[in-house]
Amino acid sequence: MLTLRLYMLQRITALVMAPLVLLHLGVMIYAIQGGLSAEEILGRTQGSALWFAIYATFTLSIAIHGAIGLRAIAAEWGGFRGYGLEALMWVTGAFLLGLGLRAVWAVTYGAAP
Amino acid sequence: MPVKTHQVTIVRSSDAATEFEVPAHDNQTVLDVVSWIQQYADPTLSYRFACRVGMCGSCAMTVNGVPRWTCRTHISKVLQDGAVEIGPLRNLPVVKDLTVDMDPFFDKWIAAEGVHHESRTRHDDIAPIDASDPARVEASAGIECINCAVCYAACDTVTANDSYLGPAALQRGWTLLNDAKDAGHDAILEAVSGTGGCHNCHSMGSCTALCPNELDPMSAIAGLKRETAKSFFKRRR
Ligand code: SF4
Ligand code: SF4
Ligand code: FES
Repeated sequence: MLTLRLYMLQRITALVMAPLVLLHLGVMIYAIQGGLSAEEILGRTQGSALWFAIYATFTLSIAIHGAIGLRAIAAEWGGFRGYGLEALMWVTGAFLLGLGLRAVWAVTYGAAP
Repeated sequence: MPVKTHQVTIVRSSDAATEFEVPAHDNQTVLDVVSWIQQYADPTLSYRFACRVGMCGSCAMTVNGVPRWTCRTHISKVLQDGAVEIGPLRNLPVVKDLTVDMDPFFDKWIAAEGVHHESRTRHDDIAPIDASDPARVEASAGIECINCAVCYAACDTVTANDSYLGPAALQRGWTLLNDAKDAGHDAILEAVSGTGGCHNCHSMGSCTALCPNELDPMSAIAGLKRETAKSFFKRRR
């Protein structure tokens, strides 16, 4: 149930995600040296346009990549077709994007706790 | 001396007999076994074959769960404890017993633009073909397809996705795309980029592993993925 367009979107988002996953893991390992606290994390991210840009891009790629992947699984294993399949893909994508962006916003430009 | 026999189970569409004891012979093929049953045990058994030498592609069946060309498959190779189960090809509607309806297979062949797209008229010279040209090598690689649908029956993606064009049709698209005598380049790329197109292939290779002519539809499909990806960026410019 994949068209060229969906295929390309999934491949391109995979390319975007590959270095970001490494960065994400790297920062995690670096950040937990000597304990982990909310202050420390927020101190790094709050008001940072760079972290916002990185994680917003990451979130967008994940939402697109994941929704298309789930679409293929739902079609081949769940028998989804037509509007049901389209709806599942868009709802999944929107859900992941909403959840992700909300978190990214909260740790960068959201009101301090 | 008792005659050596094979225990044969036939998967049938009616409730006719399914168990047969077939006399064993040297160099006996699966098709010989099926023919013996039809001729000496049950004349109502339906099956299909024509050439018996691996040319026509009409004799494919599921043998012990695996799609095979039966006229070139020795029974001795597939027997398990002297027994074998023979059924119709998977992924195609059964007409009767071992005979399947090949229409969906050939309809998809055409849907993948596996048809001739003329590039010259009768008044032009014949296009010169250089056998060592890389595109020609790609085209020649898939040209010996006998339309047996073994790969189509082997493909789990066909099972899961009824619109998927399948390995044989997509391979023919790739063959024509690389053929200097065929003018269907854009039409083929368009045809293999839709919901049932080449991008649905999971590259697991059952098609390539089981093609009786040792063709490689999986790599042909990978070629289509590459070409369509290139055209994706070109079209956007
Ligand atoms: S490699 Fe592709 S075409 Fe071949 S069997 Fe697997 S999914 Fe089907
Ligand atoms: S590619 Fe091979 S298995 Fe598939 S139809 Fe052609 S000859 Fe048969
Ligand atoms: S009968 Fe023709 S290929 Fe088997």
